[in-house]
Amino acid sequence: MGESGCGKSTTAYAALRYLPANGRITGGKALIDGTDVTHLKTGELQRLRATRVSMVYQDPGAALNPSIRIGPQVEEAFTVLGHSDARSRALAALDHVRISDPRRVMARYPHQLSGGMQQRVVIAMALACDPQLLVLDEPTTGLDATVEAEVLDLIQALRTEMGAALLLIGHNLGVIRKMCDRVGVMYAGRLVEEGPAEAIFREPRHPYTVGLLRCVPRLGSRKEDHRLETIPGFLPQIGESLPACVFVDRCPIATEVCRTEPPPAVPVGQGRFSLCHHTDRIAAIPAPAAEASAPRAAQAAAPVLSLEGVSKTFKQAGHNVYALAGIDLELRAGETLGLVGESGSGKTTLAKTILGIHAPDEGGVMTLKGERLPGTVAERGREEKRSIQIVFQNPDSALNRSHTVRGILMRSLKKLAGLAGQAAEERLETLGQHVRLSSRHLDMRPRQLSGGLKQRVAIARAFAGSPRIVVCDEPTSALDVSVQAAILNLLADLQRDEGSSYVFISHDLNVVRYLSDRIAVLYLGRLMEVGPAATVFDPPHHPYTEALLSAVPRVDGEPTDRIRLEGEIPSAAAPPAGCVFHTRCPRRIPGLCDVDEPDLKEVEPGHLMRCHISVEELRRVQAKVVEPAEA
Amino acid sequence: MVRFIARRVALALVTLLLLSVIVFAISNILPQDVGRSILGPFAPAPEVAALNHRLGTDKPLLDQYAKLLKGMVTFNFGESYQTGQPVGDLIKSTLQNSAKLAFLAFLLTVPLGILGGVVAALKQGTLVDRVIVMLGLAGSSIPEFVTGTFLVVILGLELHLLPTLADWPPGSNIFQQMHYLLMPALALVLVYFGYIARMARAGTIVALESDYTRTAVMKGLSRATVIRRHVLRNALLPTISVIATQTGYLFGGLLAVELIFNVNGLGRLLVTAAKAKDLPVLQAGVLVIGIIYMIATLLADILISWLNPRVRLGAED
Repeated sequence: MGESGCGKSTTAYAALRYLPANGRITGGKALIDGTDVTHLKTGELQRLRATRVSMVYQDPGAALNPSIRIGPQVEEAFTVLGHSDARSRALAALDHVRISDPRRVMARYPHQLSGGMQQRVVIAMALACDPQLLVLDEPTTGLDATVEAEVLDLIQALRTEMGAALLLIGHNLGVIRKMCDRVGVMYAGRLVEEGPAEAIFREPRHPYTVGLLRCVPRLGSRKEDHRLETIPGFLPQIGESLPACVFVDRCPIATEVCRTEPPPAVPVGQGRFSLCHHTDRIAAIPAPAAEASAPRAAQAAAPVLSLEGVSKTFKQAGHNVYALAGIDLELRAGETLGLVGESGSGKTTLAKTILGIHAPDEGGVMTLKGERLPGTVAERGREEKRSIQIVFQNPDSALNRSHTVRGILMRSLKKLAGLAGQAAEERLETLGQHVRLSSRHLDMRPRQLSGGLKQRVAIARAFAGSPRIVVCDEPTSALDVSVQAAILNLLADLQRDEGSSYVFISHDLNVVRYLSDRIAVLYLGRLMEVGPAATVFDPPHHPYTEALLSAVPRVDGEPTDRIRLEGEIPSAAAPPAGCVFHTRCPRRIPGLCDVDEPDLKEVEPGHLMRCHISVEELRRVQAKVVEPAEA
Repeated sequence: MVRFIARRVALALVTLLLLSVIVFAISNILPQDVGRSILGPFAPAPEVAALNHRLGTDKPLLDQYAKLLKGMVTFNFGESYQTGQPVGDLIKSTLQNSAKLAFLAFLLTVPLGILGGVVAALKQGTLVDRVIVMLGLAGSSIPEFVTGTFLVVILGLELHLLPTLADWPPGSNIFQQMHYLLMPALALVLVYFGYIARMARAGTIVALESDYTRTAVMKGLSRATVIRRHVLRNALLPTISVIATQTGYLFGGLLAVELIFNVNGLGRLLVTAAKAKDLPVLQAGVLVIGIIYMIATLLADILISWLNPRVRLGAED
């Protein structure tokens, strides 16, 4: 594990000798079951890949050939081994990775399968040769938490059947903790700490590991309790000359010796080692201050935005796709509303409707500060546009790369705040200070900035006109955990100072929990549960919320009594009759849930749920699944 | 898929209608007296009027346009002002010659271009790659009348390898005709090789660097299998549309080559017609080239969508 750019994937690919044209193995050995891979001839290398090592990749959609059907692609992994009955073996392999109708799947093209199915197909191909080494390169990044949980379960189940050693690359610490026996932590191309997973997560012995573990929001951590830890500074740039200890510039306990002598691999017991001069002083790393980063939003604040009966239907190839169905929702002044749900649940459609990117269906009413809000941006005035802004997931594509940061922000100041000349310059200065951009950064162009800095620019742009509402659409999911922590802190600070409301979308429930005051759970365009964050995250939950929560891999590593969802989210073009969730609900009541759609009712003060099962019953059955005490 | 083709065909028909309007407008944009320009400045006015009446050029523009449309449907564009021959026959005979030349050039360029591009991509960064890229670039940046002249001088006049003019004796069979057409075709190959090779190279490089190629390599497939099964099909999709556009050019853009090598083709016909204000020939010729161009792109679109399951099948079933 480690952040991006630390050399995780490069290490794995070097071991399999799949390096880009400008990459070369300059020394050392890579032994796979005793064979030194670095000296294999082309044919031997092909043989090794065909028979002994396999790989599962980060983006399964791209890893499958778009113009060949699934069947032939899987068969190929068997024909290369010389099997003549490749087709029946491929069928068996797909069955083995729990694909329910393998014959049908074989006749499909990759783009016709969901991400989870695609990853199963890739896994089936990887297991064709019964490999001794299986490399998993971020196998669940980009998948929904529920799908991620399924894929990880599958890998764990298969692992016990096969004799393969797994090399799992990941930046999600929860996934690493759940899956791994041993962990190696990488930083700047070095293995800085290695040892049994339990020991490393419980008692890290390298300052980088300590920082990494501290900057992830744990389940139940909240902005009103504490700020998130960050790791100050940046990863050394490629080509920069590295200091003796690569981590020295970001290390809280570094001393002079760290600059002059490369740290040795210090054994720290249990077969562990840490690449640090000061393994004995790890405890001296200052504990995070319990300073609240933002006060809790007042419960009774007036609604700044309200939605009544907002629906959105898309026409697609002659079908109606019901992306949103009758959303009633309020956003109060100064609060963060977390939006939660799998892909396809309508989170992004709801966000775009609020922003006016597409108009809601007839009949839906949106009100901004008590006044009717027109459906599309084109109909909205400057004041309304200024009031509702967005921070996108990917700051790379959200910022115009040919403009300087100053140019981007000045334009927003002019368009949104109506400022020009001296006034705009002054506001630009304060804006830059608020998002902690130095004046040096203002004259750079986006490509010269790191991901975290780019996201700061994107946030500054959104705040240029002092918006009332900022929609944050997965603002940290493209960022590393230490950068994520800094951005979440920044968002919390800005909210405290500016009093803006956030609509916060994230697939990372711990992040949503950290920042949100209230949480809305969406499924197939319907609100399934809305309420204060703590109420939604603690039982009783809606069964869907319960399933989402139990799919989250825990960094703290408590065993969870998992609720598994069956199948995938149904198509919004043909939502199931009755309760839309009944097809996957582990707690459905036959004869009721598949007939009647329940209403969204208030089950506790401020806590709404769309479920036939009574809240007392839910509380009773969910009490067994004990949530960890909040930190 | 059927719907997709139907939509594309309908779109092509609309484009064709638009083209006919443009052709008609351009050929009528200058106030001119057709009868006068044919008969000359000293012809008596009644004769000019009679000629104009016979040709229909005294009718309102709308009627004349209707006549053009009717001609498009029935492939009857009237007679040439110059020679009095039916325009349809003129076009047919010259189109045949142009088509032979275009076909030969196409047959030589496409395999060569694709092969060159794919080889360059596979050997990316090596001398072979650079030579292919430079050759292509040089070929496509030198106009065909220059390369054509060089070919005439070197292959024809110096080495006596090929006939310099495409004036085959009457009664030659198709292979003999091809022999005469080889030099003009080579001039075209030099120009179009670069375009195709460049696209093929770029597409192959993208496919080689793709994740699915990595998957194929990691499956332990041999390099030849990886390239044949996984790289080429995806690599050549963009090249197909370039080839299609160039097929249009091959028919319509041969002016210079036809003039240099004295091919009695469509391009030459158009030049003579334009000089002589022979409107029916000019209009029909441009329209025919437009139609060929459209058919080529239509076929390419259909081929591409057939090769690309994401277009063929859509995102969901």
